[in-house]
Amino acid sequence: MKLRIVHQTEYLYTEPVSVSHHMAHLVPRNSGSQTCLTRELTISPEPAIRRERVDSFGNRCVYFSIQEPHSRLVVLSKALVDVLPAEQSLPFSGQAWNVVRQRLATEHRPDILSAYGFVFPSPYAVHAPGLAEYARPSFAEGRPLLETVADLTKRIYQDFKYDPTSTTVSTPVGEVLRLRRGVCQDFAHLQIACLRTHGLAARYVSGYLLTKPPPGQARLVGADASHAWLSVFVPEFGWVDFDPTNNVVPGEEHVQVAVGRDFGDVAPVRGVILGGGQHRVIVSVDVEPLT
Amino acid sequence: MSQTPSPSAAPEPVLDRYEGAPDAYDELRTRDGGVREAWRPLVDRIEQMGGPALSQRWSQARRMIRENGISFILYGDERAQDRPWNLSPLPAVFGPKDWAPLAEGLRQRATLLEMVLADLHGPQNLLAEGVVPAALVFGSPYYLRPCQGLAPPRGRWLPFYAADVGRSPDGDFQVLSDRTQTPSGAGYALENRIIISRALPEVFRDCRVQRLAQFFNTFRETLLALAPRPHDQPRVVLLSPGPHDPTYFEHAYLARYLGFTLVESGDLTVRDARVFLKMLGGLQRVDVIVRRVPDFMCDPLELRSDSSNGIPGLLQAVRDGNVAIANPLGSGLIHTPALLPFLNAACRRLLGEDLLLPSVQTYWCGQAKSRAYVLENLTTLVIKPAFAQGPSVPTFGATLSRAQAEELAARITAQPQNYIAQEPLLLSTTPELLADGPQPRHSVLRAFLTASMDKFDVMPGGLTRVGPRPDALEVSLRAGGGSKDTWVLSEGPVKGFTLLPQPSDNSPLSRGGADLPSRVADNLFWLARYAERAEGIARLCRVIASRRMELISEDVDDEALTRLLGVLSESVGVTFDKALTLDQAVAHSVWSTEWIGSLRNVVGTTTHLARMVRDRLSTDTFRILLALEDELQTPTDFEKPDLGRVVHAMDRMVLILAAFAGLAMDGMTRGHAWRFLDVGRRLERATTTTTLLAKTTTKAAERDDRLLEATLEVADSGITYRRRYPLRMEVAPAVDLLLTDETNPRSVAFQLHHLNEQMSALPEQTEGAQRSAQQKLALASLTALRLAEVPTLCSTTVAGERPALSLLLERLLRDLPALSDALSGQYLSHSAVSRQLASDPNAFDRPL
Repeated sequence: MKLRIVHQTEYLYTEPVSVSHHMAHLVPRNSGSQTCLTRELTISPEPAIRRERVDSFGNRCVYFSIQEPHSRLVVLSKALVDVLPAEQSLPFSGQAWNVVRQRLATEHRPDILSAYGFVFPSPYAVHAPGLAEYARPSFAEGRPLLETVADLTKRIYQDFKYDPTSTTVSTPVGEVLRLRRGVCQDFAHLQIACLRTHGLAARYVSGYLLTKPPPGQARLVGADASHAWLSVFVPEFGWVDFDPTNNVVPGEEHVQVAVGRDFGDVAPVRGVILGGGQHRVIVSVDVEPLT
Repeated sequence: MSQTPSPSAAPEPVLDRYEGAPDAYDELRTRDGGVREAWRPLVDRIEQMGGPALSQRWSQARRMIRENGISFILYGDERAQDRPWNLSPLPAVFGPKDWAPLAEGLRQRATLLEMVLADLHGPQNLLAEGVVPAALVFGSPYYLRPCQGLAPPRGRWLPFYAADVGRSPDGDFQVLSDRTQTPSGAGYALENRIIISRALPEVFRDCRVQRLAQFFNTFRETLLALAPRPHDQPRVVLLSPGPHDPTYFEHAYLARYLGFTLVESGDLTVRDARVFLKMLGGLQRVDVIVRRVPDFMCDPLELRSDSSNGIPGLLQAVRDGNVAIANPLGSGLIHTPALLPFLNAACRRLLGEDLLLPSVQTYWCGQAKSRAYVLENLTTLVIKPAFAQGPSVPTFGATLSRAQAEELAARITAQPQNYIAQEPLLLSTTPELLADGPQPRHSVLRAFLTASMDKFDVMPGGLTRVGPRPDALEVSLRAGGGSKDTWVLSEGPVKGFTLLPQPSDNSPLSRGGADLPSRVADNLFWLARYAERAEGIARLCRVIASRRMELISEDVDDEALTRLLGVLSESVGVTFDKALTLDQAVAHSVWSTEWIGSLRNVVGTTTHLARMVRDRLSTDTFRILLALEDELQTPTDFEKPDLGRVVHAMDRMVLILAAFAGLAMDGMTRGHAWRFLDVGRRLERATTTTTLLAKTTTKAAERDDRLLEATLEVADSGITYRRRYPLRMEVAPAVDLLLTDETNPRSVAFQLHHLNEQMSALPEQTEGAQRSAQQKLALASLTALRLAEVPTLCSTTVAGERPALSLLLERLLRDLPALSDALSGQYLSHSAVSRQLASDPNAFDRPL
């Protein structure tokens, strides 16, 4: 399915910003399950410096710097992405999770080595007390990896309440575990941390989700949102995505933008500013299926 | 050391009774008690000199240490109190035969570590081949993902490198740790050398000690060669975290010695993916940054976002090849001791040879076999964190109780990859001179290497550190130990070479003055203001205290005193409690630590500011400031203050402050640094005098003559007045002298006249012919004074008020702060801090 994405981030400052530096992870990546057909990143005011490169995770990221005083910054990303449906048959009969853990720690093949980089705690997905215990019921010795992860995904979906008012970007994962509430980003970090405490390679996926309007109502333009889920590494197969917020294996309604150890590696737009006083952010996302 | 001269004719030998510790290798004594060959010349000359002479020389050297302000701040000391540098009069000595293999081993090690860094940030063959465990990279907080794939200029991953080296009982060297992040100590080694060579010049000369200067010269050349632009004079800056850093003294010292600009992150800014230094006259390009800030703190945009020591956009400037950083971002990765067990294999893989210099036997608990060994032998090993954030205290297994050992074992089992263990090394001993004679102390040498064109050079010397007690297992400055100069002897004659400024034919003449970072100008400005403020308070307290002492005999209520007390209250920013007697109020104004504006606190701020700009002040100027600090240290009796002591102390203060002002002003070239000091002083003095006049002259007193006399004395103009008007004490001539007389260096008009001149000499930052806000304010105030008619100003109403004078003084008290603000706004306000932008917390998703 082809999806057209429009993602606008607008910063409003109460006082002028004299200089700002930004890093954007907004260009959808190409992967086995999706191809980015067209893309366009428009920034206003026009940056003095703009550099695009591929980061160490394979994401296309853009550094830009605005050097004229400004009170408003608009970053507009448009893309057309062709997404494949989810694999019909996941390798459920595959290796036990504890075998995979062992292979990750001992084998040096390039794909395994590169996945091994996602086994360790990262700032947003630390080994908080209680995480390993929470995860343990899913991790019976010898249980196939993907069955294990699917079970954990389902448990998080059932045990945690979706509540946008309960957490912020900086709520630690241990606090999310205690609250049993949060948003997609919290659930992704939580599950990543659970998997890593068991020695598995898990990475954070930042992206979009095609939402369906309630029956009988029209699609609301711009009312969609960024989404986040996670990927787990399966030797001989590659990365397999899981969405604990919705308890699904992502398919053609999930668009990947970037992958990293956690949100910190792939924040859609981050920045450091000089001046600016108070600031406000307005984000609008629109994901539209092309039929 | 406090040896008393011996009355007998033959002086008692200094080192005769010295014995090393049992079992350890001793640096001075051979096993059979003889003196090692390398130490012979030193020992002979020390004995010739004799204990008393050495003792006397040494007390001079100690004074030099204190006066040069050589210091080291202990971690965890909240007041960041400088600790005077602890240096021993006896150097550590290495003969050529001992040193050559050590240097060879260190060169090999630096070459290896540079290749390891290049591999781990590049193809990672060492990981793919299992030579180095991947967990040491991916699991390390020092692995900076954004630096993966970055290659530094000329492939130089280690422009500078240090290693801690110890000697085992059989006399062989072992490397205890590698320092690649921000290797410190070379500046202290240099300062130790300067002090010892001055304290013992003939000994130093006779012993054929290799010089250090060539090493630093190579380091400087290496840095210049890294500059991205082919350019005549690349700008190199030394980036320091600031005066709170434990080794800040060294940053300032090395910057001055090497001729680099000492900066903090706030002085630097990235524009057009290039790094600039914020100078008074505008932005100036930076080519090379020598960093003493850990790499992960260097860019809040791409590295640690909570860093307050970072320069946003720096990584992009590095990526674009517009700036070189030494050591490059990412070089902290191999700072971990967990790498030690794998270095020999890496050496065989990358260099095809074994390590010449072994590392101390180390076990990384992330490996099952090592972990099992460590847990089994916990009580004989030394345990350390594998990835210490900041300084780490080693745990000596032998000192643990059973419960402690079990608790440690549990922690290791829970997170084995975060721990390493080492076999304890019985370090060699070296003599330390103490009151009761020479004693053995365990010692560690920090050796330094700098990259030169295609190889590494070893500093012929280093920083030797000794343990605080004979049985001290840990040798470090933090643990309270001392340091030694390190002498590497030459076989042949020693070639002289110095980096200290020398007359030279081909260096271009320079009269630069615009080369002043805005932050430094800001600090100089406030340094002068605070010093002047301190002088004002000291003069005021002196007059109040001495008048009060005269009055005790007369026993009259004195209006002059009440008015002056009002001025004092204003100066220290405290409304005096009714319960306080005048004497107590004065004592508190001087010595209180709680009153923010007390003399003691103002002096504290003054010396604090002086430390922040110590690289701009002469040693003499700095010495005066230290004397200033000492002066107020003795505690006082706040209940029943001794006014005689106040007067005496204030006499001293005024004298010291006058010396500071004189030295700072006269010893400085008339560049912008001097200009900002002068502007600060003038502004503060104008404000002080105006405040004084407003409190004492705008309303007639019953005995105006007494009040005026005291006022003139506070403003240091009594003598001038009496010479001009020997017979009368009247308000109009006094106001003229203190307010409008441009020839009196104490008058407000004099300050404004000079401020006007300074304003026009500062670099222009606005275009066109328009005067700047500060120029307008200075000119308007001066003009108002010039146009004022003093007799009119001093006309008194029936109620005893002088409204015209009040009005003028009030206006000055509005305009002077506005002038200060305008000046800050234009030149000094680069202190604005960068901030992280928040991501939208609600930008995320909805359920299906």
